[in-house]
Amino acid sequence: MLKEGQVRIPSGCAIAAIIDKKGERINGSEIIKSIALMHDRSNGLGGGFAAYGIYPEHANDYAFHVFYDSAQSRKECEDFLFKHFNVDVSEKIPTRKTEKIGLGPDIWRYFALPNKVRMSESRLDEEEYTAQCVTHINTSIDGAFVFSSGKNMGCFKAVGYPEDVGEFYMLDQYEAYLWTAHGRFPTNTPGWWGGAHPFNILDWSIVHNGEISSYDANRRYIEQFGYKCTNQTDTEVITYLFDHLIRHHGLPIDVAADVLTAPEWDEIDNMPAEKKEYFTNLRAIYSGALVNGPFSVILGSNKGLLAINDRLKLRSLTAAVKGNRAYFASEESAIRIVCPDPDEVWSVSGSEPVFIPLELDEKEGSAK
Amino acid sequence: MTIEAGLMRYEKLNEMIKDELQRKNKVVISNVNGQRYLGCAVDEGKTLELHGTPGNDMACYLNGGKVEVFGNCQDAVGNTMNGGLIIVHGHSGDAMGYGMRDGQIYIQKNVACRGGIHMKEFENMKPVLVIGKNAGSFLGEYMAGGTIVLLGLGLKRNEKLFGTHCASGMHGGKIFVRGSFPKENLSPNIKVSSLTDEDMKELSSYVKKYCRFFGEDYSDIMSKPFKKLSPATSRPYANLYTPN
Repeated sequence: MLKEGQVRIPSGCAIAAIIDKKGERINGSEIIKSIALMHDRSNGLGGGFAAYGIYPEHANDYAFHVFYDSAQSRKECEDFLFKHFNVDVSEKIPTRKTEKIGLGPDIWRYFALPNKVRMSESRLDEEEYTAQCVTHINTSIDGAFVFSSGKNMGCFKAVGYPEDVGEFYMLDQYEAYLWTAHGRFPTNTPGWWGGAHPFNILDWSIVHNGEISSYDANRRYIEQFGYKCTNQTDTEVITYLFDHLIRHHGLPIDVAADVLTAPEWDEIDNMPAEKKEYFTNLRAIYSGALVNGPFSVILGSNKGLLAINDRLKLRSLTAAVKGNRAYFASEESAIRIVCPDPDEVWSVSGSEPVFIPLELDEKEGSAK
Repeated sequence: MTIEAGLMRYEKLNEMIKDELQRKNKVVISNVNGQRYLGCAVDEGKTLELHGTPGNDMACYLNGGKVEVFGNCQDAVGNTMNGGLIIVHGHSGDAMGYGMRDGQIYIQKNVACRGGIHMKEFENMKPVLVIGKNAGSFLGEYMAGGTIVLLGLGLKRNEKLFGTHCASGMHGGKIFVRGSFPKENLSPNIKVSSLTDEDMKELSSYVKKYCRFFGEDYSDIMSKPFKKLSPATSRPYANLYTPN
């Protein structure tokens, strides 16, 4: 056994993303190629992907992806799901046997819409009803874990290197207009299937490189509004913050990004009056939602792709555009391997969130 | 001698380079895709030419050798370099010249965050970082010695010469900046002054080299005035936690 200092692990998580603004679909092998190039940034204890636009034939249904530890947990969860939703399809998520991914949970998928009677009795809107049902399963049904609950999108994650996770889930069989990916190097928390990125609730998915040093302050804030942090890792809290700020408070995505990455007070002091008032208000109203890094984070959604860095810029993130497509990755080489000749390529700075909106036609259904 | 890097593992590629450089003075690597530590600790008289996108910690501990890149670099170029020359025909990621002790880095375009962080000098060892376009936030953070030159070539109207927290914690060395710069991004305790004759002599030797490497016009660059940024105190954080 090597002692501390005798072994060097050159890593620190990897994130990557690709979006086609006009909704042209991209095969999963592209994002695998990008994240695989940064193999050395992760250590095999977690990899995952989020894909948007993959279920056009079920575009209006919620797609639940669920891990089960046992037949019993599946029975309990399905009893609950079939009672609260009209389930159109229930199936095992197809996987490819690969020796690189160890024995894991049973993985199921359900396309479903809320049961109308129960929903109207609950007096909740469709999204809140669905989100509360997901929270209920994840906190109350032992061994059942909903890790994806959006429409026309899905998360795929496991313990392993990301390129092996992509092979395991056969992502070369999926076409999406927005992909995000993560290679994990867990530092403070266990590497388990549910703890791999992306973290998801409804349409929102988060991949993250870094740590949230404000985690407990953020968790206490968000749990006041009915969210429960169940994943044994810090990143999930960012997912809930975005869901809360955008869905409950109706903030535009760029304003929500400003809440999480608001500048320091001495920078605010030097701003022109209007901007100063804006950030002062954000920091006063949403002090519990201010996130301290180090982090680079990519938010995937059916509205588009958002990339943010912590205020002090302690994690690297590169962006590039080529025609209708935008690319993000922890390293520039991981962009160039799938887009050798970008129109523009730059390092995302700590104070300027980058948002690439989806501009889908109405008939595509999912853009709101 | 050209080695095609492709998707080769960085361990193997670095072994091959080391092997070649024992027998030859120059090695060319094509199609580089993020392999790390290329040019690590290369000695004086040896040259590495890289085409593509080298990975993190390129030319770390460079020991007098020369590394020339045709493409963009990632993070921590020239990490703790000891001496030698790095020329980048492109831009670089974060923490370029991290803790460099001697030698020179010339970068044609911009550096991202924390360029020249904790550069240091001692007696005859004086590191130099020359940046053609502009720099992100925290340029020269904790800088303890050496020289950074920021030329501001090809800046667009909405682009600034450097980002926020420039020279934060700087307590040694100097930064030469060309043309107007965003004073609001400069940290407290940093002095802005005119260049002395000695400074001008030093600067002109770096600018001449920049022009030679990247085909720019020397008198064009020197036609705009330069200013010198230097620390007003050697202990900027002396009173951070206690009043005295």
